[in-house]
Amino acid sequence: MDVRRQVSMVFHLDKCIGCHTCSIACKNVWTDRKGTEYMWWNNVETKPGTGFPTLWEDQEKYRGGWELDGDDLRLKLQRKGGALANLFYNPRLPQLDDYYEPWTYRYQDLFDAPAGDDQPTARPISLVTGEYMNIEAGPNWDDDLGGSPIYAANDPNLEGVSEEERRQLTELERLVFFYLPRICNHCVNPGCVAACPMGAIYKRGEDGVVLVSQDKCRGWRMCISGCPYKKVYYNWSTGKSEKCILCFPRLETGQAPACFHSCVGRIRYLGVLLYDADRIEATAKVQTNRLIEAQREMILDPFDPYVIEQAKRNGIADEWIDAAQRSPVYKFVKSWNLALPLHPEFRTLPMLFYIPPLLPVMASMKKATYDIDEREFFGSIESARVPLRFLANLFSAGDIEPVSLVLRRLIAVRAYKRAGTVGDITQAQAGSMLDAVGLTEEEAVAIFRLTSLPTYDERFVIPPYQREAAMEELFGDPLAQKGETGFGPRARPRRGA
Amino acid sequence: MSWIKDIVDPQARRWEEFYRNRWQYDKTVRSTHGVNCTGGCSWEIFVKDGIITWEMQQTDYPALEAGLPPYEPRGCQRGISFSWYIYSPIRVKYPYVRGALLDLWEEARREHGDPVAAWEWIVTDEARRARFQQARGKGGFRRVSWEVALEIVAASSISTIKRHGPDRVVGFSPIPAMSMLSYAGGSRFLQLMGGVNLSFYDWYSDLPNAFPETWGEQTDVCESADWFNSKYIVSMGSNLNMTRTPDVHFISEARHAGAKFVVLSPDFSQVAKYADWWIPVHAGQDGALWMAVNHVILKEFYAGRQVPYFVDYLKRYTDAPFLVELEPHNGGYRPGRMLRANRLERYREVENGEWKMLVLDAATGEPRMPKGTIGYRWSTEQGNWNLLMQDGLDNGEIDPDLTLLGKSDDVQAVNFSDFGRDAELSRSVPIKRFETAEGPVLCATIFDILMAQFGVGRGLPGAYPASYDDDIPYTPAWQESYTGIDRQTVIRLAREFAENAERTQGRSMVIIGAGINHWYHNNLNYRAPIVALVLCGCPGRNGGGMNHYVGQEKLAPVASWQSVAMALDWSKPPRLQNAPSFHYVHSDQWRYEGDFTRYHPVPGADGETDARGHVVDLQAKAVRLGWLPFYPQFNRNSLELVQEAMASGADGDEGIVAWTAEQLRRGTLRFAADDPDAPECWPRVWFIWRGNALLSSAKGHEYFLKHYLGTHTNTIATEVAKESVRDVVWHEESPKGKLDLVVDINFRMDTSALYSDVVLPTATWYEKDDLNSTDLHSYMHPLSEAVPPCWESKSDWEIFKALAKKVGELAEQHLPEPVKDVVCLPLQHDTPDELAQPRVADWRKDECDGIPGKTMPRLAVVERDYRRLYERFISLGPLARRDGMGAHGVHYAIDDLYDEMVRTGPVVESQGARYPSLDDAQDAANAILRLSPECNGEVSYRAFAEEEKRIGLTLTDLAESSRDVRYTFKDLQRQPRRVLNSPCWSGLVSNGRAYAAYCLNTERLVPWRTLTGRQHLYLDHDWYIDFGEQLPTYKPRPGVVALREMAETQSQASSIRVNVVTPHGKWHIHSTYYDNLRMLTLSRGMEPFWLNDKDAAEIGIVDNDWVEVFNDNGVVVTRSAVSARIPRGVAFYYHSPERTISIPKSPLRGNRRAGGHNSLTRTRLNPVLMAGGYAQFTYAFNYWGPTGVNRDTWALVRKLPELTW
Repeated sequence: MDVRRQVSMVFHLDKCIGCHTCSIACKNVWTDRKGTEYMWWNNVETKPGTGFPTLWEDQEKYRGGWELDGDDLRLKLQRKGGALANLFYNPRLPQLDDYYEPWTYRYQDLFDAPAGDDQPTARPISLVTGEYMNIEAGPNWDDDLGGSPIYAANDPNLEGVSEEERRQLTELERLVFFYLPRICNHCVNPGCVAACPMGAIYKRGEDGVVLVSQDKCRGWRMCISGCPYKKVYYNWSTGKSEKCILCFPRLETGQAPACFHSCVGRIRYLGVLLYDADRIEATAKVQTNRLIEAQREMILDPFDPYVIEQAKRNGIADEWIDAAQRSPVYKFVKSWNLALPLHPEFRTLPMLFYIPPLLPVMASMKKATYDIDEREFFGSIESARVPLRFLANLFSAGDIEPVSLVLRRLIAVRAYKRAGTVGDITQAQAGSMLDAVGLTEEEAVAIFRLTSLPTYDERFVIPPYQREAAMEELFGDPLAQKGETGFGPRARPRRGA
Repeated sequence: MSWIKDIVDPQARRWEEFYRNRWQYDKTVRSTHGVNCTGGCSWEIFVKDGIITWEMQQTDYPALEAGLPPYEPRGCQRGISFSWYIYSPIRVKYPYVRGALLDLWEEARREHGDPVAAWEWIVTDEARRARFQQARGKGGFRRVSWEVALEIVAASSISTIKRHGPDRVVGFSPIPAMSMLSYAGGSRFLQLMGGVNLSFYDWYSDLPNAFPETWGEQTDVCESADWFNSKYIVSMGSNLNMTRTPDVHFISEARHAGAKFVVLSPDFSQVAKYADWWIPVHAGQDGALWMAVNHVILKEFYAGRQVPYFVDYLKRYTDAPFLVELEPHNGGYRPGRMLRANRLERYREVENGEWKMLVLDAATGEPRMPKGTIGYRWSTEQGNWNLLMQDGLDNGEIDPDLTLLGKSDDVQAVNFSDFGRDAELSRSVPIKRFETAEGPVLCATIFDILMAQFGVGRGLPGAYPASYDDDIPYTPAWQESYTGIDRQTVIRLAREFAENAERTQGRSMVIIGAGINHWYHNNLNYRAPIVALVLCGCPGRNGGGMNHYVGQEKLAPVASWQSVAMALDWSKPPRLQNAPSFHYVHSDQWRYEGDFTRYHPVPGADGETDARGHVVDLQAKAVRLGWLPFYPQFNRNSLELVQEAMASGADGDEGIVAWTAEQLRRGTLRFAADDPDAPECWPRVWFIWRGNALLSSAKGHEYFLKHYLGTHTNTIATEVAKESVRDVVWHEESPKGKLDLVVDINFRMDTSALYSDVVLPTATWYEKDDLNSTDLHSYMHPLSEAVPPCWESKSDWEIFKALAKKVGELAEQHLPEPVKDVVCLPLQHDTPDELAQPRVADWRKDECDGIPGKTMPRLAVVERDYRRLYERFISLGPLARRDGMGAHGVHYAIDDLYDEMVRTGPVVESQGARYPSLDDAQDAANAILRLSPECNGEVSYRAFAEEEKRIGLTLTDLAESSRDVRYTFKDLQRQPRRVLNSPCWSGLVSNGRAYAAYCLNTERLVPWRTLTGRQHLYLDHDWYIDFGEQLPTYKPRPGVVALREMAETQSQASSIRVNVVTPHGKWHIHSTYYDNLRMLTLSRGMEPFWLNDKDAAEIGIVDNDWVEVFNDNGVVVTRSAVSARIPRGVAFYYHSPERTISIPKSPLRGNRRAGGHNSLTRTRLNPVLMAGGYAQFTYAFNYWGPTGVNRDTWALVRKLPELTW
């Protein structure tokens, strides 16, 4: 057993309001400079929809992530002739149009327009060329089903959804959408790391954060292809690739990443997971229908004395073990099986997990009237507006069972709480709902509390980074660093360096 | 294979400093955004190298009681993008004046040494005036010095005051709560001059008239944390995710705590995604659905069986047991006025007997006169204005009958209107007969009349439905054709809603917002769900009630703030104008419509009735009867009028008032409302600050451009009022360009700035100190100066100080002595004026005597001292000390606190006297905090003590535990602070309890400020009876033909007609943030026109095509967003785009620049909402009056044939 630690994440999609505050928190701090205009380390997508960059989930198009080839696991990108053959021409790289051409406006015309016979207006201009442009795409173009006949209808996750269900997704009775916020998954088996010909990408030992070294990167961009989530971006100004850094400067100082901190839907949780690095390869190679289970098995019980012992042997401090024991992520992912990885079939073993959303119940049209004929108080998953197949394609590699269990558990907890506070659902009814999904009353209460009542410190259990020790290794005496930090030049990455 | 590499050479990781360096910063400051979003979020502003780099949410809100989710973090995508603005290219950095005006000004100043004379040289010459008016909005700005800008503005103000009167100088700024001092700076400046402040809450159509109608309250709602206390939440017309973004987590958290969440919304919206049930009610038909819900509740929870909690609630807290006289009407009977105590022998001599209403006592079988009605509120003997069910005559206990069924003298057929089908329904109700001096009267309880109105027969004869399947009002079957929702769904909704309330004692809640309140019959659409809530005992309960969120209307320290803001410390009364009436009349939108009865028919309104005719005539009537304000008030200069009065021998202020009233009665002095198009009645100078008055809120924007500004317009509507108008003077030629000067104070070059004459650069919300509060949470927030005002900007407070100084300087020569000004204002809410007019009677028609303050507006004489404008501005004046402070009918003394402030400072010394300082915004903030019950425990205690005397019940215990709490501005900067219990508000917040409206009423028996002191299901004002709105009812939406939105508009090849609605958008708050690159990038680079996919296909439009949308009012050119989530026949154009951003030209309207969402709208006033001088229907600023509907309209849409810029 090789115990490693990972600062991991859960996004509770039932709580997500699609506001994109997270996206801007990130943009303000990290990607508001030349070369990064089009980057959205954190973005939010409307589902069904085609996402950003467009159709990123379509790996026949982009060849991201891994695939099983017999007993071998290899990057999809390397399917023909390996990576180096395509080093100078990578047809699988998303192009500007797959992202969008960033723009601004000639705002100054409003001040400077000479007296004329009509009102001035600020026209859009390209941030790339400076020329007038027509805006045809953006980082959130299909927001809230914008352009749904073009975008939502082409969501790759609709695969296997029946024609009838697809058609209904544009009808009153079944129409639906929800949101999918995305950051780097800081995978345990990252495609970007494996694809980089320079060895410029590494996963930090202390917290599992995956970083592109701005020193080493030479801008080959294989990472962009290798990442099936398209969460590495190329900075055209510095000639380096950049990606979500999980706000490590904030983590290192005990603060949640900016997108977590700013999440006003309070959907985000962050905490330490311990996992067994010896099992990475085997986990990444299991049959598709075993992926979720195998990844959960790879994640270790931080209360298990043997795990603790092995963790200490790997130099993991007591405080980190304590943080792992208090981790809300561990509870959602492993204790309650409520949080699932996004597209586990990409086999990168993402360490960001999602709780799929409950959605309004379907209705039926009776001649001219709309009737909700569902009789369960909170509805049943069979009557939910989104086809389970769709959610399963997103979160469980097409297997309906894990998604179904999560949703039934969420409903059972709600019923349990209603029974205790209102009583129109009886205690007996609620009890049998809990039994049916294998939850105890104590677990139901704990799930409710962590869902509804958590404080900032309960949502984000940030381990102590002990930076003095890290600095000792890096700079020598922390006392010297106390006097010197900040005096050095602020080095910028240089193109070609 | 090595999968992860955790042993990386530490030296190879030194580059990580790159990102660490970026994260570093120099300081952070707490501030928030003043944007009328209701957020009131606490933000941490990061400053590095003296530059604001970004903002993140603060998370240090004081916790509420255990068991409630915390508030942190608050702040949405819009708020977090604000830092973009500070240094953005749309930032107004310097003062600007349009070149056409500046050229004239420079020429004038060369000719005239005196700035006032220079101004008059420009504006008294029609050609010169037209030259700069026609240039408005068409470029040509020039940067000027502050000195020049201030001089132009001050000269125009002085000149206007002298030539036309101070009430021709008007100002508009919205919703003070979002930056109280920035508002107050402008209003204080205007009121010290005698100028006019325009209201905002009603103009934005945010004012829910059903709140004053039902509760005598402008708006009072629960804070968002209280949603978590609810177990059944219905959201309607409120897209919580979009517009209550920082709060909506409480909904999901409530759901996971076992609450059910139901969303009524025509489109599958963001909030629908959150729902258990999404019910796509046809746009604007929510009221019909709730009428049927009420039918089911009354039938199953009142008629079928009785729920003790409901019955008890109805008897204690509502008007349901009160008796109503049935009055003969059109050969039958209709529900008339409530039975008044003085009609009966037993109570003939009681004080205010006309204003004390009666119930039938079960024990005696006799009518009894419970305490708490409005007659007790304004009686000489205090202490009986409370909700004890006791007879005010002898303190005898009363057990009121809800129904007379089984004990009635008879049953009587009564007529009820079915407005949907223009029919009358005759239904019997059980009645009692009482002897009055005028003969016998037939009476029924309001409860029984409600039963009849809703069609619950209980075995009584008449046109009652036999079952839910009978398609007559107001059964579940009846509503289907209006709402499109199946009866079964409605029945289940009603049952679940009521059963939940029964089991939880009222924890069923309705959350409601702009989506409902912007329809013409907004009050009826609100009253219908209010009935359901009241029937289920929900208002006044944590987790229950009617929670309306639209504007950030809740200014917590309202009493002390209004003293400062309205300059009540120096002179009163202020001139406060309801903006809907102002704009409807002055922007001449009234000229484009005929009789309102075309779109708001009232069946059976024949003969002499106010329920038909032209709105502008009723508007004029509402003014002369003292119901609504109107400025300019007269066709004469109010300063000259005083001179003339005194010259005519008028003695003292009373003499001036009497003389003025006599001129009005004789007709030698006219109300400007009677002839608004006469030049002597025009507004002349308009200050706009903190808002986007020319577009975002300007319903009928194109008429603003035409009649206010005199510049280009895209309207093609024709003026049709001539044949309809009887009283108001008709001028054949409508005036173009009424305004001499438009001043915009702004940090953005938005549409209002673009069309103004003078643009003054203001500090942003990260560059000034200010105060902020909201109804969505219970904390006081600061705005703080993270960096000094950038470039040449100044805070609003400092700008108005500078203007005050400049006006004062010019006054040295032009208005050197104090002058008297006669102020005309309507009868006032929360004063004895509420008893002024028991019946509607028009003195001009000799139906009564014309008496100021009774049957006419109030008249008051105020002294102005223009030379001392600045000194008064910066000091808290002596009237505050003398008169104390108060709000919402509550009053308290502050003389000792005032003296203490003079002792401890800071003070301003003027002419030997020392005053508490308001010199800078922090001084003013501290004065407001110190003198308010919400932020000073001692003031809270004394306000409750005062209230105890009026109520006759103990209240001071509510303030005991916080008596030593006192917040200063610095305290707020350290951490947001929770407001204290205050009698100015109706919620209770002790020990972290979530604020919910009316808990003070239900728990401490403080009456509501209504006719009966109870919640009103029944409204017996004469106009309500005439308009058939005495009962909650359903009236159809005005139709496209009746509204004349497309009388002149020709349909084009491949165009379809759509109902355009303008809900609040996701990527901006009103127009703020609309021009922000962050938001534009995350949306579509502009505000698209959302169309249903099938509708779009019909006219060959695909997603992102350019479209042209047009009707008589104007034209819009934008991109389309084609989506299945939009219902057919409806189009969404989210409020509010800017004409400044990426708007092409319109081929259909002369290839001129197309407009914004309000280019398609025109305002209409619902006259029933003008009712006044009567209990809760008595005017207060932003509290009562018609709202600025409609923001929905009809238009044709087609693919844009050619794109031109």
